[in-house]
Order: sequence, then structure tokens, then C-alpha cells
Amino acid sequence: VGAQADFTAVVMPHLDEAYNLARWLTGNAADAEDVVQESLMKAFKHFAGFRGPEARAWLLTIVRRAAFTWLSANRPRQLVLTDDEAGIEAQNRATIVTLHPKAAETPESLLAEKQDSAILNAAVEALPAPFREMVVLREIHGLSYKEIAAIAEIPIGTVMSRLARARALLLARLGASPFGRSGGLANGR
Amino acid sequence: MADNPVGAAMDCKRAQLLINAYLDGELDLSGSLELEAHLAECPNCRAQQEELARLGRRLRGGLENHVAPEDLRTRLEQMTTQVRHLGPAQTTRARASAWPRRPLLALAASVLIAIFASGGTTYLLMQPASQDAVAAEVVASHIRSLMADHLVDVVSSDQHTVKPWFDGRLDLAPAVIDLKAEGFPLVGGRLDYIDGQPVAAIIYQRGKHLINVFAWPSTETKEGPVRALTVRGYNLLTWSSGDLTYWAVSDVNGKDLAALQHLIAQGAPPTPE
Repeated sequence: VGAQADFTAVVMPHLDEAYNLARWLTGNAADAEDVVQESLMKAFKHFAGFRGPEARAWLLTIVRRAAFTWLSANRPRQLVLTDDEAGIEAQNRATIVTLHPKAAETPESLLAEKQDSAILNAAVEALPAPFREMVVLREIHGLSYKEIAAIAEIPIGTVMSRLARARALLLARLGASPFGRSGGLANGR
Repeated sequence: MADNPVGAAMDCKRAQLLINAYLDGELDLSGSLELEAHLAECPNCRAQQEELARLGRRLRGGLENHVAPEDLRTRLEQMTTQVRHLGPAQTTRARASAWPRRPLLALAASVLIAIFASGGTTYLLMQPASQDAVAAEVVASHIRSLMADHLVDVVSSDQHTVKPWFDGRLDLAPAVIDLKAEGFPLVGGRLDYIDGQPVAAIIYQRGKHLINVFAWPSTETKEGPVRALTVRGYNLLTWSSGDLTYWAVSDVNGKDLAALQHLIAQGAPPTPE
């Protein structure tokens, strides 16, 4: 029984979530590992001062800060939010075209599903970081607006408006869902 | 209170914003009513709502959830262990800020006590090994129920449907309460198999999270205290009540799970038969 044992019990269960957030924010596995390692060391160091009941939110806040520090040093352009959504949109459209996965020998419907997932992930990856983190925290981590506000250190109203803008961008980029309607990709076009 | 004429006040731009909060279950009642009134009259916003709902389903089903690489986990576990085993000379800096004056066990206890104090009773117990094995099974069963598309055998938000369904299949009558008003709508029931016996699984929802509550005949004679543990990132609570052992498991936060536990343990409100 000691600090290490308790840290393992209280903080380590959230390692996967910490890694997922870092992976989405940095955009690659190696830097995500660095960010997580740095964050966990910081968490370990300050564990003594940790009193809150929510180890998960506490850890995600540390990871999120570390990831944004990494972004500002390595990907500063991803932090820029312009009011011109069309501008972001145009800039993103150029990259999405190249992101379609190569055709493989799979049944057509399977391929379409795989493509849908790949396109979807690429579209979220292409969002500016402050929008991307909202989508990731909401749709993958399933956090409430209040929890997201605490982790991202912004007001709840900003969470709402950023999520709305992020989704509007995604809809503009992705167009209509191929599976949400009768017909769709599998039927050819 | 001066009411707005329903549906008249909202423009489409504001509606776009509120649709997101509405679909996320984050809009309050008056906002929801206002938005619904607008949607009833505005086909464009209705179409937008459908698009956003569809996008939400695609995102939740299609976004990659990255899992920490095993070697990262191992490395971190080693690092936290090593710091502990280094002598004082090497760890002066780490020690100064990292080590608490009182044992961390007490710290962990204060966390759990904070959770349960709100539920009216304060409990903390250490877990024997055998319970860990059951906990692992409970978590595995929870994950399986979410993955295998076999969450429920009987889909109903009506406790008067779910409870008799169990009575007919298991020789036990677990507490089944619809807690929709308290924010835990009942999803349904399922038969499962844990600790070498058939068990009842009652499924509740909290926002987007699902909670499995397992019940089987208790081996303890008395009403047991509530015990909390975390396994693979999932929160678990176990307690005994009315000859039954209960296990609640979910990825919801500990506070919500404790609230649900408290509601179930309080028992069903009197209902007309």
C-alpha cells in the first residue's frame, strides 16, 4: 500500500481516455505518447494535492493542457480560429480529396462502410483543434457540456457554440450521410 | 411569468445553435419547448435537425477510440514504481511535492467518502480477492452487453413489464424501478451469467451512458454496506439488499452511479397494483 498503488488504482484506469484525447489532438501516435507520458508524470507528481472525486476529469484537463502546449509549439496553425467558416471549409476541402482510402477487394457495402468511417475520421482530424477537441470529448468520451467546459477551461456557452460550429463544418464537408437514406453508396451512383 | 407566444420568438440562426444542445440532451425544458415549437413550423430547421441527428450517430459509431499502447502503459507503471523505490537522495524533488504527509490510502478514502456522503451513508471497505474476480466478470459482462448487440432481452421503460419478466425466468425478484424522473430511465432487462449462476441484469440509462445493474441471490445474511471499486476504467458499486447481491457498473462518473445506487436501495415508490 503506497502512493504508487493508489495512483495505479485512481488515475491509471483513465489512461486509455488520456491517450485517445492526446492522439486526436496531436494527430499522431508518437507525439500522443509523449504528451501522455508528460501528463501522467505531472499527475503523479501532484497526486498528493489531488482531492477531487473526479480523477478522470482531472487527468483529462492535464492532458488537454499538455496537448495544447504541444500544438502551439508544433502546429500553431491548427489553433487559429477565423470567423470565416467558408475559409476553413475551403482550406479543408483541399485535403479531404486525397484522404479517400484505396479501394480493396471487399464487398461493396463493406467497402462503403469502411470508406464512410475513414472519411468521417479524416474530416474530424481536419477540424481546427478547438473544434476537434469538442467533438472528441463529446462524441467519443461522452462528456457533458459542463464536464467539457471544465476540462477545456471555457464557458459552457462556448462549448455549445463550438460544437454547433464544428458539426456545421462537418456536415458541409461530409454532405449527406450515405447510410441515413434509402439508396446510398452501396447502390452506386 | 410573461410567456412568449410559442414559436414566434425564435429565428433559424438561434434554432441551429439550440438543435445541437437539444440533441445532446443539454437543453433545458423551456428551451426545448421553444425549439420544438419552432421546428413544428420550420421545415428547413427540421431537415437540419435530422441531418445533425444522423451526423451524431455516424460520429458516435465511426470515430476511432484510440487505446493506449501496451508498452506506454508498462513504461508508465514502471516509472511510477521506480520513483517510489528510489532513495531519498535521488527523489528530493519528486518527494517534496509528490508524497503526501498522510498515507494516500486515506486520500483515496476521502474521495469515496465524498461520493457516498451525498447518498446519505458513508462506507469504505477494502475488497477481498474473490470480489475482484466477480468485479472483473461484472465489467466483462457489461462490456459484452454493449458490444454484442445483446443489451436487452426485454425492452421496456415500464417497471411493471420488466419485473414480472424476471419473475418468470429466475427464482428472484430484483428491484426494478423506473427512475426516469430522476434522470435514469429504465431501458430493459436481460438474463446473464456471472459467478457461475444465472443473474438478472437491469439496464438504466444516464445521458448517453448505459448502466448495468446485476442481481443474484446473496451469500451474505445481512444487508451489506455499499462498496465501490474501479476496474479497467469502469466504476462499480456493490451492495446487498433483501437477500440479493447487487452490482452496478458503468462508465458514468462515480457520483451519478452512487445516486442511482441510492435510489435503487431506497426502493420503489408505492405504486398502484
